[in-house]
Amino acid sequence: MTYLWAFLVGGALCLLAQLLIDRTALTPARILVAYVVLGVLLGALGLYQPLVELAGCGATTPLVGFGFRIAEGVRKAIAEKGALGVLTGPLTAAAGGTTAALMSGLLAAVFFHAKPKN
Amino acid sequence: MAHGILTMRRPVYLLDAASVGGHEEAAGPLGAYLDRHDAKNDDFGQDTWEAAESEMNRLAAEVLLTRAGLDAAEIGALFAGDLLNQCTGSGYGLLPFDVPYFGLYGACSTAAEGLLLAALFVDHFGGRAMSAASSHFCSAERQFRFPMEYGGQRTPTSQWTVTGAAAFLLGGDRAEAARHGRAVRIAEALPGITIDQGITDANNMGAAMAPAAADTILRYLRESGREPQSFDMIVTGDLGAEGASILCELCRAGGAELAGVHRDCGLLIYDRAATDKHAGGSGCGCSALVLAGYLLAQLRAGTLGDILLVGTGALLSPMVVQQGRSIPGIAHLVRITTKEATA
Repeated sequence: MTYLWAFLVGGALCLLAQLLIDRTALTPARILVAYVVLGVLLGALGLYQPLVELAGCGATTPLVGFGFRIAEGVRKAIAEKGALGVLTGPLTAAAGGTTAALMSGLLAAVFFHAKPKN
Repeated sequence: MAHGILTMRRPVYLLDAASVGGHEEAAGPLGAYLDRHDAKNDDFGQDTWEAAESEMNRLAAEVLLTRAGLDAAEIGALFAGDLLNQCTGSGYGLLPFDVPYFGLYGACSTAAEGLLLAALFVDHFGGRAMSAASSHFCSAERQFRFPMEYGGQRTPTSQWTVTGAAAFLLGGDRAEAARHGRAVRIAEALPGITIDQGITDANNMGAAMAPAAADTILRYLRESGREPQSFDMIVTGDLGAEGASILCELCRAGGAELAGVHRDCGLLIYDRAATDKHAGGSGCGCSALVLAGYLLAQLRAGTLGDILLVGTGALLSPMVVQQGRSIPGIAHLVRITTKEATA
């Protein structure tokens, strides 16, 4: 059942982004940033946690989940270190995703060469 | 005379043209007209897309001069441009040829703009002149959208930048012009006026260019007193499907019916249904390849006798569009004919 929910929730988030690409003038970069900000907002309001419990990776893998993790990181850091956590929490929580993105970008740039699209 | 049609005072011939294209262009309906093409990667043996575009320019100029048996010293001036910052596609690509060089930026209207200026040069000074225009899908993506490495998705409405370069040779000698068929002449030209109708969507350049094309065409018809149907073809550069229908509407409102006589290079160059090219081809290379190959061949063979080439350009700057400004359009008109001058 978790697999089904993961598929449905993750798929719905991707479908929404695809519709934004196809139907609006929004650039992919803006859609990505909007997804992260949406995740931060939903995380801060406590609305995303239930979705994560329901759909697991279907909710944490898309970029909205990255925003949610940032919000959660801030919450945790404030609880541990007080107000300074506002500054240290986001990147600490997002370190895994950020480093994975940087590393895969570096590896792709080193080992692959861009080709025209067909 | 102000803003009027520029009529050549002596015969100025389009002596020859050479074109180089990418693998998509070679596979398209007009692919057989290309002189050279890259069958695989469109990198033309170079390390970067910008260098590939320069190499296309170099190849086109080389083919043109070799076929004409001419040395660079026999060319009075070269007018060339492309879509890249500082026009590096032309500047670097044409570096090996020691010809006085004028770099042009007219966005996708560059082929017509270069042809127009080269014709005026020959009309005034005699001798020979060259023009060239190029665009490369991959370098244009980096310039205007995202680099290929980013791997972003394209919106369905955006046009496809043509990978191609063409070089044109102009001169006043009729015998030289008649070497490959009928002598093709640049008879008149009408420079475009920049028009900004407030279009801000960089994926809808056809709409930004259509009003400029309509303005140039209507001004030409009004001053010459000719009907659209008296031409074999009125061919715009890269309005695409949507821009073409806006153009026909605007011309109809201005009293000119283009139905039947209007074509668009962007719609001719690809088989759009089979290749998912959405709104059609665009870029400096688009009208340059269609003119250098298909149109010139038809004129030489006599299938076309009298045409108006209307090079359309969207003077789009990604930075200025991000700052919220709209996109001005421009359209330069060149009348190309095999009819003898009646004077």
